Amino acid sequence: MDELNALFGGFAVAVSPYNILLMIIGITLGVIIGVLPGLGGANGVAILLPLTFSMPPTSAIILLTSIYWGALFGGAITSILFNIPGEPWSVATTFDGHPMAQRGKADEALVGAFTSSFVGAIFAVALITFLAPVVAKFALEFGPAEFFAVQFLTFASFIGMGRGSPSKTIASMCLGFAFAAVGLDNVTGTLRMTFGQEELLNGFKFLVAVIGLFGVGEILSSMEEGLHFRGAAAKLRMDAVIRTWKQLPAMWLTFLRSCVVGCWMGITPGGATPASFMGYGLAKRFSKKGANFGKGELEGVVAPETAAHAAGTSALLPMLTLGIPGSPTAAVLLGGLLIWGLQPGPLMFVEQKDFVWGLIASMYMGNIVGLVLVLTCVPLFAAILRVPFSIIAPAIIVICAIGAFTVNNAMFDVWMMLVFGVMGYLFSRLGYPLPPLVLAMVLGDQAESSFRQAMLISQGNVAVFWSNWLCGGIMTLGVVLMFWPLIQIVRSKMRKDAAIARTA
Amino acid sequence: MKRVQSRIGAAALGCFAFASVATSALAAEWQPTKPVTFIIPAGTGGGADQMARFVQGVVQKHNLMKQPIVVINKAGGAGAEGFLEMKSSANDPHKIVITLSNLFTTPLGTGTPFNWKDMKPVAMLALDQFVLWVNAESPYKTAKDYIEAVKAAPDRQFKMGGTGSKQEDQIVTAAVEKQTGGKKFTYVPYAGGGTVAVQLVGKHVDSSVNNPIEAVQQWRAGQLRPLCIFDAKRSTYTDKVTDKEAWSDIPTCKESGLPVEYQMLRGIFTTKNATQAQVDFYVDLFKKVMATPEWKDFMEKGAFNQTFMTGADYEKWVADAEKQHAGLMKDAGFLAASQ
Repeated sequence: MDELNALFGGFAVAVSPYNILLMIIGITLGVIIGVLPGLGGANGVAILLPLTFSMPPTSAIILLTSIYWGALFGGAITSILFNIPGEPWSVATTFDGHPMAQRGKADEALVGAFTSSFVGAIFAVALITFLAPVVAKFALEFGPAEFFAVQFLTFASFIGMGRGSPSKTIASMCLGFAFAAVGLDNVTGTLRMTFGQEELLNGFKFLVAVIGLFGVGEILSSMEEGLHFRGAAAKLRMDAVIRTWKQLPAMWLTFLRSCVVGCWMGITPGGATPASFMGYGLAKRFSKKGANFGKGELEGVVAPETAAHAAGTSALLPMLTLGIPGSPTAAVLLGGLLIWGLQPGPLMFVEQKDFVWGLIASMYMGNIVGLVLVLTCVPLFAAILRVPFSIIAPAIIVICAIGAFTVNNAMFDVWMMLVFGVMGYLFSRLGYPLPPLVLAMVLGDQAESSFRQAMLISQGNVAVFWSNWLCGGIMTLGVVLMFWPLIQIVRSKMRKDAAIARTA
Repeated sequence: MKRVQSRIGAAALGCFAFASVATSALAAEWQPTKPVTFIIPAGTGGGADQMARFVQGVVQKHNLMKQPIVVINKAGGAGAEGFLEMKSSANDPHKIVITLSNLFTTPLGTGTPFNWKDMKPVAMLALDQFVLWVNAESPYKTAKDYIEAVKAAPDRQFKMGGTGSKQEDQIVTAAVEKQTGGKKFTYVPYAGGGTVAVQLVGKHVDSSVNNPIEAVQQWRAGQLRPLCIFDAKRSTYTDKVTDKEAWSDIPTCKESGLPVEYQMLRGIFTTKNATQAQVDFYVDLFKKVMATPEWKDFMEKGAFNQTFMTGADYEKWVADAEKQHAGLMKDAGFLAASQ
């Protein structure tokens, strides 16, 4: 097998003491970046990019991708401990991760998150190793109509998520769409809903909203409940890894489903954030324990984390083979490649063999090193919860504020974060679910653009979404998922009727 | 160019002659006293972003400046965010911005209150080219073939992919439409130039006007075909890019019967109240950047038109370009409602 030979060649390049040291440095930095909300993998990579110009390209990309892996791992930590997603793709991790921490199972949630991240990444790397050329061609099939179909599927897989009333879910989602629409409209090139305010030109930044809604909102709720963290009293036990790993094999189907969803979203490129939502939504829908999701189910941590990491990793594939970045971080890396004199694109696998296979080998290595590194730190992370609330809460608020500021370097965002914080608090008091709002904010913009691009291309004919098997298949799947709750009601009713008929 | 430089130098000297000797020495050798913020009024991964980050890397690698350069993307409102920040920090000479055509198109198209005159021109680094691309599997071998096909087809049958809306790509498209006998393209706006190239390879659109650097890989891989370049004369880069062709082998659009010319400014501005000494510092810095072998390589890879301008020449060029954009956008109906 050519690929295996090439891969071993790659390992020979990647596994040098210098490169492994770079991996460890990169992952540590990445975890820190992932923990600090707002800083984000893209910013971290951008800041360090200039430092790498004096390195050989392979070492440089190993350092930078390691930061990326670290950030992917690290995003889960604050989501689970404090309900603050450090990265957009960790939002779905908070849904079950934080309730687990509140029930004193923070260590299990962390181990579950890290392990599933690792599984997702390795699945995606294996895909890149053996199927890169095929998959790259598949990505070319995606036009605006196909993109919209995927986004529609994400929404559909998420409907009925909230435990609140359906009308509250819809209200929350609509508010999210409204927020997403503020700023420049990419299709017409005009400003919308900025009301002449220069601060609103940029629209509402997803991370600012999320930091406020989840992080600040959570602190406000905790304050009301008596100035301490629930679950803080849990005993620290050192066997968290083994205890958690014993539970994981039973979830193989969730792992597989999330891996496939993640790789799909990473390649197409939908990105890690929608992948994590879709992974969570599908697991909730199809898992036996689905009804318990949101109350602190380990499977609810595994599903989004696996999908996010699989997507984050496979997002590098379109970058290498097509030159289109699958994520903002990949976009910055792309800039780096150009400076090192490497031109990503269809010829990369032919012309830059050593570099590409060195990078792929480093993906395996980096994730193994990363997993070992973060797993050993689990007790340390879990111990943070034991710090008294009066000390940690102000620290969290400060970190949130710094995070919100970093997103755009604008003070306005810090005020926005506080406003969103109050809103998050009110939402949770009034029983409005936050996830639909967040999902609509992150995907609303993209879905709208894709829909309108598709409409432009088809000159207003909606049939374009069923014009080929790929697009039509995804759309049909989406429609089925959307009406799944209804179908289930009808089915159970029919069964009941049948049963009644039989007894009668 | 040199002449202009020395004239500015003389003017500056003349000014300082009236001031005390001590201050003139001090002013002439202005150095940044804190990190310089390099604003990109566009998103990550695009042409301006690549160039700015490249400059940052070169400055750092060759140690051309004592203070570091910090690159920040301020892409909100089609770049308005970045330009408005330049406008509002008129007294802080530690800020520079790289421009795209959105320097003109954003205020015209969205009505956002800024103008290039709210900033101080430093230097034109290069002009970015536009090339008419089609899928390599399409039957069109020349721009003439393609335009004839557009003329013969029903209105809006052909789809042109481009970056953003009412920005450079759509302006070029509008200019091409003047030569198609009243037939229009369906213009499909995408978020970035790299995406446009890939969408063209996937045949989701029929053509694009990508910058060379955005589509060069797909050209080399035999997936895209360049039809013509929107410049007055052919590119000067004669090294083979593909097996058979070099940038210089692409005919100009004019010689293929499509008399349209358009180039995009890749220039540097600083804040409005910067002194001559401060502008000189940046001019000098960019001259050093441009002397590096990395820069020459970068220019060739992206087939840039290497025109360097500073001072009055540059200012005049920008003023002319603004008029040109206002005219093009007015004709195409892209002006904001308030104007």
